[in-house]
Amino acid sequence: MERYYSGKIEKSPRIPKLVEALYAKMPEIEPARAVLITESYRQTEGEPIYTRRGKAFEHILKNIPIIIRDNELIVGSTTLAPRGCQTYPEYSYEWLEAEFDTVETRTADPFYISEETKKALKEVHPYWKGKTTSELATAYMAPEAIKAMEHNIFTTGNYFYNGIGHVCVHYDEVLKIGFEGIIAKVQEAWDHCQVSDGDYARRSHLYEAMIRSCQAVIDYARRYSVLAKHMAAECSDPVRKAELLQIAENCMRVPAKGATSFYEACQSFWFVQQLIQIESSGHSISPGRFDQYMYPYYKADLDSGKITREQAQELIDCIWVKLNDLNKCRDAVSAEGFAGYSLFQNLIVGGQDEEGNDATNDLSFMCITASMHVFLPAPSLSIRIWNGTPHDLMIHAAELTRTGIGLPAYYNDEVMIPALLNRGLTLKDARNYCIIGCVEPQAPGKTDGWHDAAFFNMCRPVELVFSSGMDKGELIGVPTKPVEEMTSFEEFYDAYKTQMNYMIQLLVNSDNAIDSAHMERCPLPFLSSMLEDCIGRGKTAQEGGCIYNFTGPQGFGIANMADGLFAIKKLVFEEKKFTLAELKEALEHNYGQEDTKEADPSVVAAVAANVAKELAAAGRTVGEAEIAQIVASIVGNQMTDVKKARYAEIKEMIDEAPKFGNDNPEVDMFARDVAYTYTRPMEQYRNPRGGMYQAGLYPVSANVPLGGQTGATPDGRLAHMPVADGVSPSAGKDTLGPTAAANSVAKLDHLIASNGTLFNQKFHPSALSGRAGLENFTSLIRAFFDQKGMHMQFNVVSRETLLDAQKHPENYKHLVVRVAGYSALFTTLSKSLQDDIIRRTEQGF
Amino acid sequence: MNDREIKGRIFDIQRYSVHDGPGIRTIVFLKGCVLRCRWCCNPESQRFDIETMMVDGKPTVTGRDVTVGEVMDMVEKDRPYYRRSGGGLTLSGGESLCQPDFARGLLKVSKESGISTALESTACAKYEVIESILPYLDTYLMDIKHVNAEKHKRFTGQANELILENARKIAQSQMTELVIRVPVIPTFNATPEEIKAIASFAATLPGVKKMHLLPYHRLGQDKYDRLGREYTMRDIVPMDQEYVEMLLDTAIKASGLNCQIGG
Repeated sequence: MERYYSGKIEKSPRIPKLVEALYAKMPEIEPARAVLITESYRQTEGEPIYTRRGKAFEHILKNIPIIIRDNELIVGSTTLAPRGCQTYPEYSYEWLEAEFDTVETRTADPFYISEETKKALKEVHPYWKGKTTSELATAYMAPEAIKAMEHNIFTTGNYFYNGIGHVCVHYDEVLKIGFEGIIAKVQEAWDHCQVSDGDYARRSHLYEAMIRSCQAVIDYARRYSVLAKHMAAECSDPVRKAELLQIAENCMRVPAKGATSFYEACQSFWFVQQLIQIESSGHSISPGRFDQYMYPYYKADLDSGKITREQAQELIDCIWVKLNDLNKCRDAVSAEGFAGYSLFQNLIVGGQDEEGNDATNDLSFMCITASMHVFLPAPSLSIRIWNGTPHDLMIHAAELTRTGIGLPAYYNDEVMIPALLNRGLTLKDARNYCIIGCVEPQAPGKTDGWHDAAFFNMCRPVELVFSSGMDKGELIGVPTKPVEEMTSFEEFYDAYKTQMNYMIQLLVNSDNAIDSAHMERCPLPFLSSMLEDCIGRGKTAQEGGCIYNFTGPQGFGIANMADGLFAIKKLVFEEKKFTLAELKEALEHNYGQEDTKEADPSVVAAVAANVAKELAAAGRTVGEAEIAQIVASIVGNQMTDVKKARYAEIKEMIDEAPKFGNDNPEVDMFARDVAYTYTRPMEQYRNPRGGMYQAGLYPVSANVPLGGQTGATPDGRLAHMPVADGVSPSAGKDTLGPTAAANSVAKLDHLIASNGTLFNQKFHPSALSGRAGLENFTSLIRAFFDQKGMHMQFNVVSRETLLDAQKHPENYKHLVVRVAGYSALFTTLSKSLQDDIIRRTEQGF
Repeated sequence: MNDREIKGRIFDIQRYSVHDGPGIRTIVFLKGCVLRCRWCCNPESQRFDIETMMVDGKPTVTGRDVTVGEVMDMVEKDRPYYRRSGGGLTLSGGESLCQPDFARGLLKVSKESGISTALESTACAKYEVIESILPYLDTYLMDIKHVNAEKHKRFTGQANELILENARKIAQSQMTELVIRVPVIPTFNATPEEIKAIASFAATLPGVKKMHLLPYHRLGQDKYDRLGREYTMRDIVPMDQEYVEMLLDTAIKASGLNCQIGG
């Protein structure tokens, strides 16, 4: 068996220069794409949608400004300004126009926008009125689903406003046969059709659009070839001149033809990665198993002496920089949820090959090294771990984790593969999985996974149980029995499941409406030409052209619901410490604590109007005073001191009840069952592409903003605080250290959450110090995975975090720090010692 | 009596400890000690009595009576981590040898169920007691604080003759991996001469390969306040990294052992 190279490779001096140039300025919004697509759409009114998409893509690629940045070896930039972004009015545009004047000054992900750009966009936007996917999706949605979203039970906002993305295409095929090869494949499929076939009309137009799109990409690359040649002619530095001439040669050959060298393969890869993100605004365009499909080119060049390891590393590093050159401007609210300009381009190394052999190679190591060299958020680097993963590779990954960059994320093949088999993947496809976006597994090149289909807040349905389906004076859920009349825990739990099931149905309705809108208005011929079996089936991915079709909406708040329902079971029904009626009151009054959020005046007005309407409908006429009183009882916060003390007492009892995350089998098994209230109903639903729903259990960062829309919960969580992230225990509720938390999380059924689960742990860098630190760290991951954990990621915390931990110790109860010759939980240390440690961190002790 | 039913007194169990013995370990802290080291970072470990200590402003009982079986149920929970890391159970304290039956019971049940064992101890006990636990002990992390008997007595309350004699006997038994640990305390033993003397002694112990220098820290300081006791080391300033490394260098030169800072 061949052995991999795991040694150190130095960073090229080129890389810091590229990184510095990339971050010199605030990212900028550019208008070219929006203007060009509008021009094209205006000219193609009335033509078939495939044709319109193909022609628009061609028009964009022919005319969008191009640039080769200083020192670049891999070229292809979507904007003239580094880290700039284009816009995609065919999906949505109203929010951007509304935020023109604030987008530059907002706190989360600001973008510069010039007056000329605003003017250009204002000219084209009116064309899109009534033509966007978001408008069609709204038209398709059931009114009750829209209402549920207005009440923040779940959100499907991501795909409502944007393209879908969340895909890993057949990069390997483009590298091998080029787009000329793909055009030939499309042509061959077309040749096999008869004009009399039932679906010939659609099929032939799709094939035509695919060919047009692939040719447009070839021509786009050649624009770079010409530009490079011009720049070379004017370049006085002989080294750079030679580089530019090489670039010119590369772009003439790829991605038109198959790559004949590692350098060409890198350039070909990049055009695919970049241009998918010009065709559509979907994020999480994931390179997937880069170490696998790039390897043959690397190996051939290395063996023939055409390239050194250092040169190959430099090219990989250049790609890493380019992945950070792409950007996306989201609306202000979404920007909070996806903060950090992230595009979630997930790239994974290691794991098994299709036959079940270990797949580690030189590039697996070099990808990790690239993240150390470039030290930027993209790509979202992941690593597949299985029982046969070489220890060297894990240690190299742990060295990256230790830097505090939060990469890589670790995935367990021993859970992922059976989870995917259970969803109907073949053994080969399951073994070949990659990760999309945050944590979502799929068979690359064959899947339209719709992985980030929604965020579902599992805490909101429990509020609906307490209110019998009412929210802010409106019936939005199921009118379940008043909690005051419930006599057993089962009755309460059943009511929760009833609310869950109803809301899950509405979520499915919402997602399917959006799915249908994309199918109709934004089929993607270019993307589909690289996904199996779109050519064979004569359908785009948006229409069910892929082998595997899923919809994966995410649930979160499991820990809150497990802790809360457990507290109700134990304290209300078993120990009878308080009644459901008392708990309801305590929740309504935020356990007697000041609610930091004032009642929203618009909510109060809406509630008032609604109360009046309902009373009128019931045939009662009432005065203003009575309405005001009712409204106050709904949104108000008045309480006596006696009541206040009782609410605090209830909270204290709840706080003392056992919590998920402490290796307590009773609570942990309860959490497993609570997770099923989301994951199991999801399995029965189908999407318009002929695929099934599969649940994920992760929140991105939505647990914070969506927690802000959630009242107090029965786990003792106060109103508007974040809900628990992913499958992790509630912040600060796991107090027995990382192994206990991991054991609890491992007790959930990760296999059914086949759209991915997310488990965060926090460490101080010193806990990973030295070889022994790395060894123990990797052992922790191994042991969690032995117990069928699915995913693990690490926040190796900085000084800033430690300062925050001093201010808010309740959020950091499980933060491990190395004190001197031993580790301790940071928050258990005295203030002066904490200060000592913080100072020491500064010194890099 | 069944080993699992033996009772003892502990004051804490700490999981995911990675600095007291190899791999990921669970440390069981036994209550009660024969020494009264002035720098002790676990003052609540010294008395065998169950005490009251302030935690987050509330009086909290420290110390509880448990059976070997109850402790082992907790230790057992991290078996997957021991298996992957080569870790296991570590007894610490206090001085575990003050509760010989309980300590032996824990180590024995642990070994019998395939979990490796370590003991952090002063070895200040009759050798017969130590001898009776050695068959169940993989690693003995033994403190040698000073070779000067008078100074040892002044700072710890006990003379060191028995300790040094036991160190030799444990080493000669060849029944466990003996690791020498030196808490390095300014004003007590933190001069190069004193470290050199300890290191030279360690070098004479047959089979000993490793020595750990554990630099003084203030972790225990606020615990003294919370127990309402006086902390006599308040004016001691922890050493800087450079100085500790100089001492490490001294220890390596004097002993020829594999020396490291920290456990």
